[in-house]
Amino acid sequence: MSDNQFRICPESGLQFHKPAEMLMRAHAVVAVVILLIGGIAALLVTLTRWPAIHLLPADRFYQLLTMHGTNMLIFWMISFEIAVLYFCSSTLLRCRLATPRIAWLGFALMLIGIIVNNAAVASGTASVMMTSYVPMPANPNFYLGLILFAVGALIGCFVFLATLVVAKDEKTYEGSIPLVTFGALTACIIAVFTIASGAIVLIPTWLWSLGYINHIDAAMYRIVWWALGHSSQQINVAAHVAVWYAIAAIVFGARPLSEKVSRVAFFLYIAFLQLASAHHLLVDPGLSAEWKIFNTSYAMYLAVLASMVHGLTVPGSIEVAQRAKGLTNGLFEWLRKAPWGNPIFSGMFISLIGFGFIGGISGVVMGTEQINIIIHNTIYVPGHFHATVVIGSTLAFMSLTYFLIPTLFRKQVAFPGLAKWQPYLFGIGMSSFTLAMMGAGTLGVERRHWDMAFTNSALGFEYPASAFTLMGIMGISGVVAILGGAIFILVTVVSVFFGKSVESESSYGISATRLMRADPVVVPEGGHGAAGKWGFAAPGTFVLALFFLAIFVLYYAVNWKYLASVWPMS
Amino acid sequence: MSAIQPPAELVWWKQPLDKVEGTWIGIALVWSLFMFFMMPFWHIYGKQNLSSEAYKTTPQAYMAKTQAMVDQYTVRTETAAQLPVVRPPPGSDVYLLGRLWQWYPLLEFEKGQTYRLHISSMDWQHGFSLQPVNINTQILPGYEMVMTITPDTSGEQTIICNEFCGIGHHTMLGKIYVTEGGQ
Ligand code: HEM
Ligand SMILES: [Cu+2]
Ligand SMILES: [Cu+2]
Repeated sequence: MSDNQFRICPESGLQFHKPAEMLMRAHAVVAVVILLIGGIAALLVTLTRWPAIHLLPADRFYQLLTMHGTNMLIFWMISFEIAVLYFCSSTLLRCRLATPRIAWLGFALMLIGIIVNNAAVASGTASVMMTSYVPMPANPNFYLGLILFAVGALIGCFVFLATLVVAKDEKTYEGSIPLVTFGALTACIIAVFTIASGAIVLIPTWLWSLGYINHIDAAMYRIVWWALGHSSQQINVAAHVAVWYAIAAIVFGARPLSEKVSRVAFFLYIAFLQLASAHHLLVDPGLSAEWKIFNTSYAMYLAVLASMVHGLTVPGSIEVAQRAKGLTNGLFEWLRKAPWGNPIFSGMFISLIGFGFIGGISGVVMGTEQINIIIHNTIYVPGHFHATVVIGSTLAFMSLTYFLIPTLFRKQVAFPGLAKWQPYLFGIGMSSFTLAMMGAGTLGVERRHWDMAFTNSALGFEYPASAFTLMGIMGISGVVAILGGAIFILVTVVSVFFGKSVESESSYGISATRLMRADPVVVPEGGHGAAGKWGFAAPGTFVLALFFLAIFVLYYAVNWKYLASVWPMS
Repeated sequence: MSAIQPPAELVWWKQPLDKVEGTWIGIALVWSLFMFFMMPFWHIYGKQNLSSEAYKTTPQAYMAKTQAMVDQYTVRTETAAQLPVVRPPPGSDVYLLGRLWQWYPLLEFEKGQTYRLHISSMDWQHGFSLQPVNINTQILPGYEMVMTITPDTSGEQTIICNEFCGIGHHTMLGKIYVTEGGQ
């Protein structure tokens, strides 16, 4: 281990292993390019679902929707997550990355997989949606691309695990791994499970598409596919929660309220998420009610409990850090005086609120066995998951990127004025987009549907005018969010490829200096208390949490009431 | 030590919880359990539960059963394609099939009566979405699901396909007409 393999970031004090650094950069750059492709597809799809515009013809719409789903949900998320895994192992543990060569092999496989899959979709012979439900056939390269990508990602997971072993062996840290690394480990373990499910379902499907297997059972396919599809959402959640903790630490020097609680909460994700594929099968034929209830609630909602815990402890730790700096007036001075102009913080906080209030509540409600009857496959569903995976994960990753530009890429953030507004445009645009979709879905508007006016159908149907209005609001808000996404890509690409290096001293950028030196907080070891209220270290956060719970309970009750108005069935 | 550094205490699992955490975990746990027990509760006291009754079938066998019902109970035809409208007796087994890109046949029910509605697909996956009453289920080829339903509103309901099933997906509609009782 020669010393020149490492560089210490002068501002942040982080230590980068150079081969790891190159890999992180490569994965992050590919991720952003994919985000651009998925974003262009998003624009065209949104403009088609906006009834007043109805831009694309039907075949193009279904093709681009397929392309949007695979690129965003699979390629963008996982490519970025591999960069996060390397950061949380090699960088945070100040350790060399295990086997960089093999890591590059993983990178190459992922890239080839992305290209093969996209080429199949672009050829027009694989417009089957990312779920590729059998027996609707796709060009075999569609599945092959996904398989290659998954193998590459699996290699990335093993490199991460090997790096943890190396760090332990070479004693690059003392005691236990940091909480953020623990979160990344959670994501990684879930990823290994997920990718195994993916192999079990996609390899036979690929062989079937080539004619080597003659039948795949549609129900079985759905059970296994969703073990891939839903668990991969749990990777995203674990990863973005880890990013929230990291940003709280970076911006505020916050320390977890208690290591124990946060780690147990991560552990609950690992223990219970395999069960979640049931969410997607609640109205499938033949599955017993007991199986559905147990599984859809991840064994009595213990994984939901875990998210509710993180939702308290992340802002709670920020509150404690802020109070320790003297922002102790009232319940919310700590929040009012937070750095709202710093996109690293504002993005992370909007991500947290949007994920919890919109994505979390809607997810639990529609994942309730019986309530799913009034929601399954309506546009409510994409409304829900754009709140989790776009406001939650994507926005959290965007915020982290603003930190990585100066530290990992050594560049100043270009257009800092635009960057400051970006999380607001993206987050608020997306919030209104998801709420409009959930409203339209409640009125029965379907997902993956080209024509809500049914003009070419022999038998017609008319939605209420309010459904069209909501889809129009969805369209406008979607365009606003896409503008926010475009600014993110502009800022990132210009900073990374054409930006001034951080060494040259004119500091327009969000400099890492300001971030990391944000007065180290001294929290009394062992307890926090002193600055709080009612014996609570974080009373403001607690009030926010109660507000969240009140909305949750109310919305949950409203949906049962709506269900009760539907035709009786048994 | 912050969350990106190793915990300060070597034995971090002995560090006591703050009161804010303990209180919130307690509240959240109670709420989680409440939501969990709500589902079995609704199975016992609620009226909207999807049955788990389902059978393996084949497109041929299912088509034959559907056609037999159509031959017996058709009351009129609709649209240029002469789609049959079937009015099965209350309490009977009713067969509906989804195929590219049509729901077959059209159905007519009587308000307040109960029917055993069977649904299956002849080809790819489809989605049964009954609007505006808003009942949604997944329809798979090879599986015949049975719902026992009691329409309690009269008028016209439309079946919209809400699982993507190819280029004609958005034209795939069907109808269930519900007449007032005693007609
Ligand atoms: C501003 C950004 C975005 C906009 C405006 C947008 C818009 C849309 C729209 C209109 C649909 C179609 C809904 C339907 O007809 O069923 C859709 C589907 C979807 N979007 Fe996005 N999207 C955005 C970003 C993202 C991101 C970042 C992700 C993932 C990380 C994502 C994942 C998906 C997925 C998985 C689907 C479902 C595809 C399917 O049904 O197979 N979207 N999006
Ligand atoms: Cu269909
Ligand atoms: Cu369809």
